[in-house]
Amino acid sequence: MSTFATDLSLDELKAEADRLFSRKRLINFGLPALVLAYLTYVFFAFDVPGLAGRANWENGKTLVADSYSYKTHIERDNRTGEVSAAIEGERKGAYPEGQAPDWVALGETTVIDLEDGHIVRFGPETVEYDIPGYGTVRATPTRSAGVQAELPAGDVPDWINVSKNRMAITTDAGRLTVTRNRSEVFRYFNGWELFFFTLDSPYYGKSFPQLIGLAANGEAGAILNDFWTNKMWRHQDVAWAIFETILMAFLGTLGAGIVALPLAFLATRNFNPLRSVRFLTRRVFDFVRGVDALIWTVVLARAFGPGPLTGALAILVTDTGTFGKIFSEALENVDQKQIEGVQSTGANAPQRYRFGVIPQVTPVLLSQLLYFLESNTRSATVIGAITGGGIGLLLTQAIITQKDWEEVAYYIVLIILMVMLMDWFSGWLRRRLIQGETKPQRKKAKIASSAS
Amino acid sequence: MTDLTAGSPTVDQIRADYTEMTRRKRVYGGILLIVFVALMAAGFRTADDRNAGSFADGWHRIFDYPAEVLSETWEKIDALPANLVKFFPALVETINIAAASTLIGTIAGTFLALMSTRGMALWPALIPLFRRIADICRAIPEIVIALVLIFILGGGPVPAMIAIAIHTAGALGKLFSEVNENASLKPVEGLASVGANWSQRMYLGVIPQVGPNYVSYALLRFEINIRASAILGFVGAGGLGYELRNSMSWGQGKYDQAAAIFLLLFVTIVVVDQISGHLRDRLTHGSEKGARA
Repeated sequence: MSTFATDLSLDELKAEADRLFSRKRLINFGLPALVLAYLTYVFFAFDVPGLAGRANWENGKTLVADSYSYKTHIERDNRTGEVSAAIEGERKGAYPEGQAPDWVALGETTVIDLEDGHIVRFGPETVEYDIPGYGTVRATPTRSAGVQAELPAGDVPDWINVSKNRMAITTDAGRLTVTRNRSEVFRYFNGWELFFFTLDSPYYGKSFPQLIGLAANGEAGAILNDFWTNKMWRHQDVAWAIFETILMAFLGTLGAGIVALPLAFLATRNFNPLRSVRFLTRRVFDFVRGVDALIWTVVLARAFGPGPLTGALAILVTDTGTFGKIFSEALENVDQKQIEGVQSTGANAPQRYRFGVIPQVTPVLLSQLLYFLESNTRSATVIGAITGGGIGLLLTQAIITQKDWEEVAYYIVLIILMVMLMDWFSGWLRRRLIQGETKPQRKKAKIASSAS
Repeated sequence: MTDLTAGSPTVDQIRADYTEMTRRKRVYGGILLIVFVALMAAGFRTADDRNAGSFADGWHRIFDYPAEVLSETWEKIDALPANLVKFFPALVETINIAAASTLIGTIAGTFLALMSTRGMALWPALIPLFRRIADICRAIPEIVIALVLIFILGGGPVPAMIAIAIHTAGALGKLFSEVNENASLKPVEGLASVGANWSQRMYLGVIPQVGPNYVSYALLRFEINIRASAILGFVGAGGLGYELRNSMSWGQGKYDQAAAIFLLLFVTIVVVDQISGHLRDRLTHGSEKGARA
């Protein structure tokens, strides 16, 4: 192949070199062109141009705004005249009756201070909104005639929306909506409100040093309990969900390792002389791997119902195939000399395996198991979203409500932290357990390990 | 100074020490094993308790659903080819999602890797920043980005493609930068000495060295991304997964369609695994043909 014809003339050599160059040029330009052509095809196949029309940027804006801010609703029932305040307008964030945040003065006429001179007054009959630089807007909701709005003279600006039965004003300070049945003010704040304590907890609004003081006085249990059972952020459920997700990954990965190890011996040329059994085991590995976690999840969810066990078993079954393949490859590469050495001391078969084979494959096995533990934490989140368990379920639930975006943001942060923690933990454990790991070995394991 | 007066310990002493050591090792090993078994058992119990149905009640029903699906498919075996044809476009979409996201992820991952390798980075001061970016991209499960994007962009393949591409960029960025660490910097220096700019140095000096490894990792990612794109379809991102969820929610009577989708997905995964495994083998171990040029 690499013999050189020494009798080539200069012209022939030149032609040869030219051909080589033109081929290289073709590859250099052809490959990027091919990639570009494919991406163009995908661009149209996925209808990306039409996406801009279908996309709902309002949704995006609410999502981003909601993930770092919250709003407090002040609502007046126009039939009974009762005024109530609630964070995010949710029952679990409601202020007790007759109470409101300090920027709201309850009374015959409820005065809501939206700051910067924006003031809303819920009178017995009329709702008034002082807008600096514009004037005062009055609206009188009546049962018979709908909402009668009086605006300052001039054109109606586009941030005021008036119709027969409804008036909506959106300013930087907040939002006022008046309909026949109720008047409502939203005021926006930054942050995640009620993250530690809900309004019904006696510890709400206390500063950190105050809480430390109370905790020192023997209320630590009650404080922790109020935090733990926070109805708005559900810290208890979230902690359980994270635990469930990690549990799924743990049970699935290690269970798969335990099941796959003995089976892997059956799939190797050097430990199993029976060709048919070897072939069969390998096909079983290929099959469970090929069916994929998605289908296993669907099938197992029928048998066990939703929950962490289903997720753990789905991971277990899929990874048994993957581990079986990796382990059997590792077993085929073991050094026969060590086994012979152990045998020469008169060891029987189990002892030969225990002292001759297992120590050789342990580094590969462990590093694979630990690598998959991390990768399966991510898979368990996804499987949880499908089968209904763990943090994946909480995340999908929060997204489906389409309003608890601050919770979605919270869960996303938790998931990323969880995966990074598992990544760090498995790396740390790998370094601790496999001290004698030499460089080339690690590299080999890594190439194989990226299989998920 | 080790004291020399101890001279040579007696054989008995050595044996006693050795037995002591092995015993200690064995005790540690035993304790570890017990802890491990206890953890597994406790974990299994907890998972079992928190599951809707228990393992003891359900294990004999594992094959009920596949059996139902298979028997119904067998009854309607004539419809199978038609179903396979019907869902073929969905399969193409699933493969396209995986391929496009792998391509985009590979390009972004290459960039991240070059930016986070010492000696190659365009802005050496920003190496830690690019490393963290890769770490975070890698840590985000695809489903998180996909669900959020589905809310904004509506269902369809694009959210899945973006979500998988981001994760792929992070995962490949890390693997690629490990490959880069082993690449020789001499060609880069040589190119720099003749006045090549950064992109020329990378394209002509680094990429030819690391190319085969990159392609090998990218192929592996492609295998993984096929599975991921099927799963994301299940939460509304188009492709085979989406069709699977639809046909499953109809339940009995549509099992033949579900079976066709299972079959398509299974065959695709196995075929892609085989092809990419073969290609990767050739890339890492080389072949006679590849050794030329």
